Amino acid sequence: MIASVLSSAILLSSIGTVSAVVLFVVSKKFNVFEDPKILEVEDILPAANCAGCGSPGCKAFAEKLVNTDDISDLFCPVGGNDVMKQVAEILGKEVAEKDPTVAVLRCQGGCDVRPKTTEYQGPRSCAISAMVYGGETDCQYGCLGDGDCVSVCKFDAMYMDESTGLPVIITDKCTSCGACVDACPRDIIEMRPRNKRDLKIFVGCLNEDKGGIAKRACEVACIGCSKCEDICPKDAIEMANNLAYIDPELCTLCRKCVEVCPTHSIIETNFPVKKVKMPKETPKVKATATPTKPNTNA
Amino acid sequence: MPVPKVVYVPIAQHIGIPSEIIVDRKDKVVIGQVIAKSGGFVSSNIHSPVAGTVTKLDMIVDSSGYKKQCIVIRTDQKNESNFEVPDFPLKIEITLSQEDILQHITDYGIVGLGGATFPSHVKLNLKNDGHVDCLIINGVECEPYLTADHRLMLEKAEEIIVGIQILMHALHIEKAIIGIENNKKDAISVLKEATEIDSRIKVAALRVKYPQGSEKQLIRAILKREVPKGGLPMDVGVIVHNVGTIFAIYQAVQHNQPLIERVVTVTGKRLENPSNFWVKIGTPIKDLVEEVGGIPEGTRKIVNGGPMMGKAIKNTDVPITKGTSGILVISEEEASRKEPKNCIRCSQCVFVCPMGLEPHLLMNLSEKGLYERARNEDIMTCIECGSCSYVCPSHRPLLDYIRFGKSIVKKLETSKN
Repeated sequence: MIASVLSSAILLSSIGTVSAVVLFVVSKKFNVFEDPKILEVEDILPAANCAGCGSPGCKAFAEKLVNTDDISDLFCPVGGNDVMKQVAEILGKEVAEKDPTVAVLRCQGGCDVRPKTTEYQGPRSCAISAMVYGGETDCQYGCLGDGDCVSVCKFDAMYMDESTGLPVIITDKCTSCGACVDACPRDIIEMRPRNKRDLKIFVGCLNEDKGGIAKRACEVACIGCSKCEDICPKDAIEMANNLAYIDPELCTLCRKCVEVCPTHSIIETNFPVKKVKMPKETPKVKATATPTKPNTNA
Repeated sequence: MPVPKVVYVPIAQHIGIPSEIIVDRKDKVVIGQVIAKSGGFVSSNIHSPVAGTVTKLDMIVDSSGYKKQCIVIRTDQKNESNFEVPDFPLKIEITLSQEDILQHITDYGIVGLGGATFPSHVKLNLKNDGHVDCLIINGVECEPYLTADHRLMLEKAEEIIVGIQILMHALHIEKAIIGIENNKKDAISVLKEATEIDSRIKVAALRVKYPQGSEKQLIRAILKREVPKGGLPMDVGVIVHNVGTIFAIYQAVQHNQPLIERVVTVTGKRLENPSNFWVKIGTPIKDLVEEVGGIPEGTRKIVNGGPMMGKAIKNTDVPITKGTSGILVISEEEASRKEPKNCIRCSQCVFVCPMGLEPHLLMNLSEKGLYERARNEDIMTCIECGSCSYVCPSHRPLLDYIRFGKSIVKKLETSKN
């Protein structure tokens, strides 16, 4: 009895010892050296794996940060300056500071202002319908409303507004990873500086048609009248292709252009209500609104 | 078909580089005058289909669904033209040399009229080392509903034969076969009669099926030769031309008439009198629809092209281009697409695919963004015939996704090079 117990115990422990030795030797022999800094940097990165930095994931970005000498071009838009500063401390390298940006939707052509002239029955995907034709309305520059941007957003920062048929960006959740900008076949979504208190002024239209045609297609289209360009004290507004563009670098947020725009195509966000009459369109980008559960699975 | 009051001539009517406009506002033009010059080798001249005044150079929604540059010409009543006789008598002798024939085809803006609008001179500009032995004439209607080629064969059989002779002369080909489907008995007998003067030209009667109007399928049906994947008909010693193109070549070579009009089928179940018309390039579709009695009640969409590959148009101002073979007026009950359901793995799409692909797989791959794998599964060989979407019992939008996948794969390949 004792002998059998003893023999099995000895056998098992000897197997254990042999395998331990083998494992030890193998782990030393085939050890892959990894810079411990990579792990350290990866811990700091937001682990969102959104690819907003250009690398396929946070791990890959950490490796790139450690292995590249000059990391001033590399930036994690999700973590922002704080994360990049910490990375710089660990690695002892210089990082560039960038203004935080946020995605804005440069189209306000909702169902109420941009009448539908055709009907589309194919698959609900912007990329596919953009291949087929210019969209259900007469504006071939505006939002297609099939929600490709919403489906690529990994941060739940976008949802489709059922009443307007346009996507809405929740500025607080937007990490400016740029996935929606890439997904939009019409290039309607633009990254603009967040500014203090998320104050932004931008032209909410990309219609390059002549004024009359644009206005017929959409009530809030930019008709290229140049009134905003004339009134801008800082020359921040540039006209090209019947369309105004406000340079965020030069704009001082004086809101003069918003008042003169005859079609209310210039959007201002998060400004306190002025005493003078507000433009008809309420800003499409709501910073504080916490949306109810997005009910469109576009 | 009467001459329209205004024509809208798009400058991108062919595959390749759009032409360059060489007229200006308020210029007077005559029929046959070059108004846009070829923009490169794979491009084509565009001629004024009417006589009149250029009113503007504008952006007009064309059949692609997007606004494209167009030349708008208001016609006058004089109908001046720069070619000799308006009512061409049949001219049989071929007097021009080979180079001149090719030059005529290039100058007079001939493109493939089957629908792909590939500039014909590119196809003909090969050095024939005796390798190409057969010219195939595509008399197979590219899609159901369309009867434009059929009508043309019935009415212009002799001209088509001369056109074939011109091409055989220019390319040193000693054999030509006209492929016609079995359901067009009258066209077969008319052409058989007409080919009696030339023993080198044969007529082949083919089984009726779709798709057969595309080059690769036609070559397989007539010669039993298989065009390699990614290859051209030339690789198996064949050149294919549509009967419409042949007729246009006849007109260009024998009568110096540029490509300014074509046969267009206007049809639909509810139309009063569906017909084929000789239509000037640039005529707005609404003029054509009015000619057959206006848009009938309950029309859901108007399609530019055939029912399988054609494209619904946004409004009836869209002009006829060199590639428009038909206008389809589709009623409510035929038009609507049903809600897509899950794939039930019935493999109907695999059975019907003329290229031997697996459409269900290609759709999934391009839906999920696995473009590399889609390319390895030969997504680029798809000819977009639409058979898979048509047979799918679950109404899955197979072709929509495959077409999308193709566009991405194409982009990836060009960025690689």
